[in-house]
Amino acid sequence: MSNLQVSIYRYNPETDSAPYMQEFQVDTKGRDVMVLDVLHMMKEQDSGLAFRRSCREGVCGSDGMNMNGKNGLACITPLSEVVKGNKLTLRPLPGLPVIRDMVVDMGLFYKQYERIQPYLQNDTPVPAIERLQSPEERDKLDGLYECILCACCSTSCPSFWWNPDKFVGPAGLLQSYRFLADSRDTATSERLTDLEDPFSVFRCRGIMNCVAVCPKGLNPTRAIGKIREMLLADAT
Amino acid sequence: MSNLRSLTFDAIIIGGGGSGLRAALELAKSGKKTAVLSKVFPTRSHTVSAQGGITCAIASSDPDDDWRWHMYDTVKGGDYIADQDASEYMCSEGPKAVFELEHMGLPFSRFDNGRIYQRPFGGQSKNFGEGGQAARTCAAADRTGHALLHTLYQNNLKNNTTFLNEWYAVDLVKNAEGDVVGCIAMCIETGEVVHVKSKATVLATGGAGRIYASTTNALINTGDGIGMALRAGFPMQDMEMWQFHPTGIYGAGTLVTEGCRGEGGYLINKDGERFMERYAPNAKDLAGRDVVARSMVMEILEGRGCGENGDHVFLKLDHLGEEVLGKRLPGIVELSKTFAHVDPAKDPIPVVPTCHYMMGGIPTNIHGQAITQDESGKDHIVNGLYACGEAACVSVHGANRLGGNSLLDLVVFGRAAGMFIEGALNEGIEYLDASESDVEFAMKRITRWNESEGGESIPALKAELQDIMQTSFGVFREEKNMQEGVKKLEELRSRIANAHLPDKSNAFNTARVEALELDNLMEVAEATAIAALERKESRGAHSRYDYPDRDDVNWLKHSLYFPMSKELKKRDVNFKPKTVDTFEPKVRTY
Repeated sequence: MSNLQVSIYRYNPETDSAPYMQEFQVDTKGRDVMVLDVLHMMKEQDSGLAFRRSCREGVCGSDGMNMNGKNGLACITPLSEVVKGNKLTLRPLPGLPVIRDMVVDMGLFYKQYERIQPYLQNDTPVPAIERLQSPEERDKLDGLYECILCACCSTSCPSFWWNPDKFVGPAGLLQSYRFLADSRDTATSERLTDLEDPFSVFRCRGIMNCVAVCPKGLNPTRAIGKIREMLLADAT
Repeated sequence: MSNLRSLTFDAIIIGGGGSGLRAALELAKSGKKTAVLSKVFPTRSHTVSAQGGITCAIASSDPDDDWRWHMYDTVKGGDYIADQDASEYMCSEGPKAVFELEHMGLPFSRFDNGRIYQRPFGGQSKNFGEGGQAARTCAAADRTGHALLHTLYQNNLKNNTTFLNEWYAVDLVKNAEGDVVGCIAMCIETGEVVHVKSKATVLATGGAGRIYASTTNALINTGDGIGMALRAGFPMQDMEMWQFHPTGIYGAGTLVTEGCRGEGGYLINKDGERFMERYAPNAKDLAGRDVVARSMVMEILEGRGCGENGDHVFLKLDHLGEEVLGKRLPGIVELSKTFAHVDPAKDPIPVVPTCHYMMGGIPTNIHGQAITQDESGKDHIVNGLYACGEAACVSVHGANRLGGNSLLDLVVFGRAAGMFIEGALNEGIEYLDASESDVEFAMKRITRWNESEGGESIPALKAELQDIMQTSFGVFREEKNMQEGVKKLEELRSRIANAHLPDKSNAFNTARVEALELDNLMEVAEATAIAALERKESRGAHSRYDYPDRDDVNWLKHSLYFPMSKELKKRDVNFKPKTVDTFEPKVRTY
């Protein structure tokens, strides 16, 4: 069994004048391990290699990265799913500034998340127990609330690459719809008004890269479609 | 020292998981100058991995449910060393805290009548153990921790909490009088080290499951707050009490929620026998976690384990049907496919008891104030230091935590700490400033790593530590093996003190973070080892071949580990709840 050939993006702002690709040979002993395991094996060879990781089970969203050209989570991506011809190329999530190696500055991504006011707003008096919600109403949040903010979707979106400051992006809009769809939220019209400009929502061209890469199987394009419908209905 | 920048807050909360964010929310609303300092972006904290739910008597599934029954289960589950005043507080305040979460937007699953969905969990009963199985665990499918953590983060955004994200707390700063007046912290992105000055320092740093080779815990669970407090000389309580969750995925360690058994799943051995019927005739698969984990190990040791090596058992779920699995346990279906290559709708999941939760921690009162003990055995408050969540030992979990009680612990005691600190700040807090030498003392450790020129590698030492703990301090324990473990740890400590950090760069240096984490793992491991060796009885999760029985005459006590002398002392358990009668220790059966 020959070693896995890994080519990985390296950049340390203190020592490198420019980023470069570095080759690693990793002995996986023929096992179908996760990409994150390969990164740990590489870090044992070079402790300076920087990447984020936390839960190692696909729920914290730390280790989104670009693996052989496709965004995903390193911890739940087995080699058999991405490696072609015994080669693996790892790059940071595209479109965001690189801090070091695989670590990107997520500032813009978080800013768009904060912009949509990602919290329940309800101006009615708070009851002594929970607010009631029928199972059918609650079902509308499935496929929305599960987002882990890994940024795989937004950083695969050409519209977000082009206008990361003005287009909310698939992750932010998915969350926006999560609150628009919540029967307990009373700020629907304010939320829609805030999205009315030509960029926030309407820069989405329906390319669906977001859907193709979401490691949780969510569908931001559908959520964006629903927001569009609400905006158009609101305008008439 | 003069070049060390300082940041000043009324309160600094170290850790951005459930308890830290709940405390922060309380303080942000009060307008106090507060910051959350977290080594990861808050929604990457380990609370996000909690699955099954938050146990609380909100009387949804059963309108007659009573928080006192929940308290009884909690005290019994903890094998009677849970403090009864703290358990009373958690169970009675719980409903308020859970309803608040719902009002904040937490997307709980629902019953047809629109109320919050509750499922049965282990160790739950109605009517003080007399009324059969209760269904008391409030759930958002099997992603309750994710839903809870995101909701708390979102509400902190709403209330403009200050976040120092991807900052690492290195050590506590104490003044000449021994009060905690802040910490040394490092911005991971730039490598800048600053002196954080604060009137209240809250350790909400979570657990330390990474001391074991096999754990359900995130890679970040390295006991940073425990390490900081031990290095500052403060005692730890009940550190021998580690929960091994019955159902970690064999080989991967990832958690499979107890909610699977709550929804009707059960464990089988290689003969297909539902073996829990023999060990716990009444509660069966929903006995306390310590009981189920031990039963599984017994099955394996007696040759009834599954697989080629007979070293695990199976969790059977296929009889629940795809609809229930898809609706109630969608995350488990995903995880089993990814990590066990098994579709639970068709085949059983291979599982094995896996280190999951630290019942011990920094002893606190119900306000989150850290406690130490003087020579005569009297409790004293540590000025300026607070703890909540898994890092704290209030103690509501005693010798064994009940499923669903950790999320409740986080929000109830995070909230309580926040409220108390707000009050204390309003009354006015004045501590002596830290002197230059106090700050220098807290800088010692990071300076040591930065100046290291050679020595052993960090990942290798970490692996060795995890191996020692796995071998000598697992589900079953025994004196000789533990003595060897303690000796090996002693030796490991001096090797870690001379280990090498090869990468001295500043920008996002994760190797430096891992070096600092290794020191903390070492502190937690040693406290665990010594406490486990010294507690000469079996109680809850602490199970010894050489002392197989519970010894209430000598050990109906908390253990208290003192890091400077490495001595284990005892501390009284609270048996004085305010509004209910004491639950007297009884033989614990399920």
